[in-house]
Amino acid sequence: MDKLIELRDVRKVYSTGRLEVQALRGLDLEVGRNEYVAIVGPSGSGKSTLMNILGCLDTPSSGSYTLSGEAVAGLDRNRLAEIRNRHIGFVFQSFNLLPYATALENVELPLLFAGVSAKERRERAAAMLDRVELGDRMEHKPTELSGGQMQRVAIARALVNRPTILLADEPTGNLDSASGKAIVSLFEELHAAGQTIVLITHDSGIAKLASRVVRVQDGQIVEDVRAAA
Amino acid sequence: MGSLSFFRQMLQDVRQQKLRTALTVLGITWGTVSVSLLVAFGEGLEARIRANQRGLGENIVIAWPSRTSLPWEGLGKGRRIRITEEDVEALRREIPQARFSGEMSRENSTFRRERVRITPEVSANSPIFAAMRNIIPAAGGRYVNDLDLDRRRRVVFLGDKLKQDLFGDQEAVGQTVMLDNVPFLVVGVMEKKAQDSSYSGRDEGKAFIPDATFRGLFSERYLENFIFQAHDASATPDVTRKVYEVLARRHKFDPADKEAIGMWDTSEAEKFFAIFFGTFRAFLAIIGSFTLVVGGIGVSNIMYVVVEERTREIGVKLAVGAKPAWIQRQFLAETLTLTAVGGVCGMLVTFGFLAVFPLLGLDEYVGTPQASPLVIATTTALLGVIGMIAGWFPARRASLLDPVVALKLA
Ligand SMILES: Nc1ncnc2c1ncn2[C@@H]1O[C@H](COP(=O)(O)OP(=O)(O)OP(=O)(O)O)[C@@H](O)[C@H]1O
Ligand SMILES: [Mg+2]
Repeated sequence: MDKLIELRDVRKVYSTGRLEVQALRGLDLEVGRNEYVAIVGPSGSGKSTLMNILGCLDTPSSGSYTLSGEAVAGLDRNRLAEIRNRHIGFVFQSFNLLPYATALENVELPLLFAGVSAKERRERAAAMLDRVELGDRMEHKPTELSGGQMQRVAIARALVNRPTILLADEPTGNLDSASGKAIVSLFEELHAAGQTIVLITHDSGIAKLASRVVRVQDGQIVEDVRAAA
Repeated sequence: MGSLSFFRQMLQDVRQQKLRTALTVLGITWGTVSVSLLVAFGEGLEARIRANQRGLGENIVIAWPSRTSLPWEGLGKGRRIRITEEDVEALRREIPQARFSGEMSRENSTFRRERVRITPEVSANSPIFAAMRNIIPAAGGRYVNDLDLDRRRRVVFLGDKLKQDLFGDQEAVGQTVMLDNVPFLVVGVMEKKAQDSSYSGRDEGKAFIPDATFRGLFSERYLENFIFQAHDASATPDVTRKVYEVLARRHKFDPADKEAIGMWDTSEAEKFFAIFFGTFRAFLAIIGSFTLVVGGIGVSNIMYVVVEERTREIGVKLAVGAKPAWIQRQFLAETLTLTAVGGVCGMLVTFGFLAVFPLLGLDEYVGTPQASPLVIATTTALLGVIGMIAGWFPARRASLLDPVVALKLA
């Protein structure tokens, strides 16, 4: 199994005033191609901190992070932007869509930064919206969409540039259970199609569907269970 | 997500910050109007004053023979120096880098036409006098020429005001006027000109006749004054020195005796004006720029607010792979657009004002301010610089945002 993600002794310290919070305390993690990893753990245990580091949105205080063979620590802002653009698709709990842009424009965004031509952007974004069953909502603005639809737009955006890994931080946290289920089955389909996924969830039902469950507590991995294939 | 959405984003910002954006654009508009009007008025005033200057002649020197103030080769001081046409001929021969014209005049000869009687200043001179003194014949007429001189013709060229007094609105060229009961043919009338300095009344009220005719008529030998003009204005001091040398030799006075021949070098005034208006223009531009800078600070300020409000959006863009330079460009472009809108409004106001201004009838005093290329270039350059600076700092702040912080994930 090739290693897509390799974390070694990763620590993250937040210092707020005189107080120092150790959000991650020496964490090792490897994720291979086409794994579907669910990260679980109590609130404040460091899951989001870990996810932001995986997504190159944040940098560890110490330790090493290798993504697709490239050491991420110490890269400049431009290179990090390229990695986020090419390798990572990030899905947030609160969707984070641009409010004034249509669904189609939101999905086109990563392609814009990848330098893809306007015509191709349009085609690929439209195809991706079809894929998440929103082909009939392309010209709608986020405010004209339901929560579940917004999250599907966000997933289309995360996938449109064919990322190496899809990261999702509590993607169903803001959704009702029906919409949540639709999202979860979409993730299962994607995984079945070969997509590597790392997802944070509080829902043990969702975690059970993953091929591997990693439990984080106090900034450390306390349990790492692979489902029997 | 092309340019369309850039404008949509901007419209979004404008909508969210209606009043603030309006005030900001107004600030830039006001600044633009100040700069462009101040520069335009400065230029108009300068053009006006220079035109008045030109009315007398460009870089000419007027020379009056007077009395010696220094003893010379046994001759005492206080001796009267009198200059004749021969002296002027000698100057022409010996100083080829300048042109010369003598002038005789009379103030007690009466012009009569029908029932009108006027006693104007009569100036007798040579054809090049007109060129040196910027006396331009109006269409249909001409100035005194060499043939008039050779044949001692009785012809007269009238100042425009004098013509008006004698002929009213009637055609004057080809008509006859009586000068001390001698008939003179009017050959030309002066084109109206601006003239604010003179040494014997304005040209508009004078009559000009050939000097040869004058000499014959009034048996006068001596010149009242003569004027000269170096072909290259910068040679004026050199020519002046040579004029003293030639005349001192011919009339036996000390070439250093400046009082023997009084001189008025109008190019001195030109030098003064060059410095004065350079400073004046810079001063106006600086004052105008300050207004524009204040406007620029307003734009910068609103852009900080916009960046603040769009922090999350910046975070989203960074998260999906926008490079810092892209973010920076976006906000810089937005600032420049706001500045440009203000600038265009300001220019329109200025153009409108300048179009209406001549109707107020003040041009005689302050000149006609114009939206000259200099005005437009100065204002545009200032706007560009101010827009760039105003946008740079907020745009830079936006581009340096940390994705986690911007997304409020941390
Ligand atoms: N910017 C920050 N400054 C200071 N402390 C922080 C910051 N971000 C997170 N922390 C702290 O780091 C620890 C881990 O936070 P994190 O958000 O990773 O937890 P989590 O596992 O995602 O929790 P939840 O399940 O509630 O989302 C917490 O104690 C939190 O208070
Ligand atoms: Mg979290």
